[in-house]
Amino acid sequence: MLTRRIIACLDVSAGRVVKGVQFVDLVDAGDPAELSMRHAAGGADEIVFLDITATHEKRALLLDAVRRAADRIYIPLTVGGGIRSLEDAMLVFDAGADKVSVNSAALSRPELITEIGSRFGEQAVVVAIDGRRKSGRPESAEVYVSGGRKATGLRVLDWAQETEARGAGEILLTSMDSDGMRNGFDCELTAAVSAVVQIPVIASGGAGNVRHFADVFTLGAADAALAASIFHFGISDARTMKEELVTFGLPMRLPC
Amino acid sequence: MSAGKTVVIDYQTGNLNSACKSLRAVGADVLVTQRPEDLKHAARIVLPGVGHFASTDRLMTSGIGDALRERVSHGVPFLGICVGLQWLFAGSTEALDTHGLAVFPELCEHFPAGIKSPHVGWNSLDLVRDSRLLHKLPTAPYVYFTHSYRAPVTDATVAVTNYGGPFSAVIERDNWMAVQFHPEKSGAVGLQILENFMKVSGC
Repeated sequence: MLTRRIIACLDVSAGRVVKGVQFVDLVDAGDPAELSMRHAAGGADEIVFLDITATHEKRALLLDAVRRAADRIYIPLTVGGGIRSLEDAMLVFDAGADKVSVNSAALSRPELITEIGSRFGEQAVVVAIDGRRKSGRPESAEVYVSGGRKATGLRVLDWAQETEARGAGEILLTSMDSDGMRNGFDCELTAAVSAVVQIPVIASGGAGNVRHFADVFTLGAADAALAASIFHFGISDARTMKEELVTFGLPMRLPC
Repeated sequence: MSAGKTVVIDYQTGNLNSACKSLRAVGADVLVTQRPEDLKHAARIVLPGVGHFASTDRLMTSGIGDALRERVSHGVPFLGICVGLQWLFAGSTEALDTHGLAVFPELCEHFPAGIKSPHVGWNSLDLVRDSRLLHKLPTAPYVYFTHSYRAPVTDATVAVTNYGGPFSAVIERDNWMAVQFHPEKSGAVGLQILENFMKVSGC
């Protein structure tokens, strides 16, 4: 049976893993390659690196971290943040990534999705969508870019369908309403997106406990969920989470 | 571990880094090539494949297909991965004008409507008979898949996976071996499968 995936997400800046403290100060949390290994050993189904600064000068540091991580783990590695062109994607694939995640660049030039897909396969293209509800209803959610600072006027559901039509392999959906709140994922929005596309949807934003993951897999119909800060809040690793999620009747990769 | 080169066929889709890295991790001496003549001295041959079935046209036009058939009939073990499994069949509804190697006469097809496609993630293998590739694995091991087309279950199938019905996850007949999933992305289970392939002696 196809299992639901727990994906460990690492925020990377200048080649180091960082974590935000009260949403502002970034604290050095270690080496991405080292932490990737630890998450893989801890039972994560995949690893995601999100380059949160993604400046041109610091790109070499990210690529070096990708190279070192890819050398040491044997599960899928996705790299996102700062992928603006096919050339950017190629550098990341060359360093050993299995998938790239594109966001703002795909909105300003949607052909990018098709370009990367036809060169590296559709399975290698994850489109990240940051959404925020305009009114109470999940259907009202609007796509934001530039780290959530700029509204695009596009509906999340419409953009999700367009990315699928252009050959996205998966959608990484972040609810900006839930992100950082630790009150749970936006299950309604995740379910709404999952219902209008055939490709897998990865839910992100808002997890505070294991129950929230169970909810987004059941109520939200998510195929996978991103786990980031939850590992800083007393849950030791993906294996522990999965052992608990199995008790909700969810298929998980265990032993792992 | 085993003497001789493990030749990895590059037909210019996607990147082969992780397949090569994983093969090296289990002791392979890897040579990546696009030329049929390099198959001549191969101790074993691997075809990692991602992307569209139509891109396998290159394997036929370059002469790799014929060279491969000749080598494998002379006892060289072959491992196809993902599209590398599908290519062993007569063809795929993904690209009906493209001919597969037709080691197996059936056709690969898209997943049925009504389930999500591509099939992405970790799914389990159900062994249907003894297998050299699946030696020393736990019961119903999980491996990582990512594909939209699948091969039917045939008498060469040694393990099936269920997603919208059963399909061939692992195939073995004589020296032809193939997996629909990505052993190079399947953690310890995947490495064990590659290690098992490195230990297969051709017949």
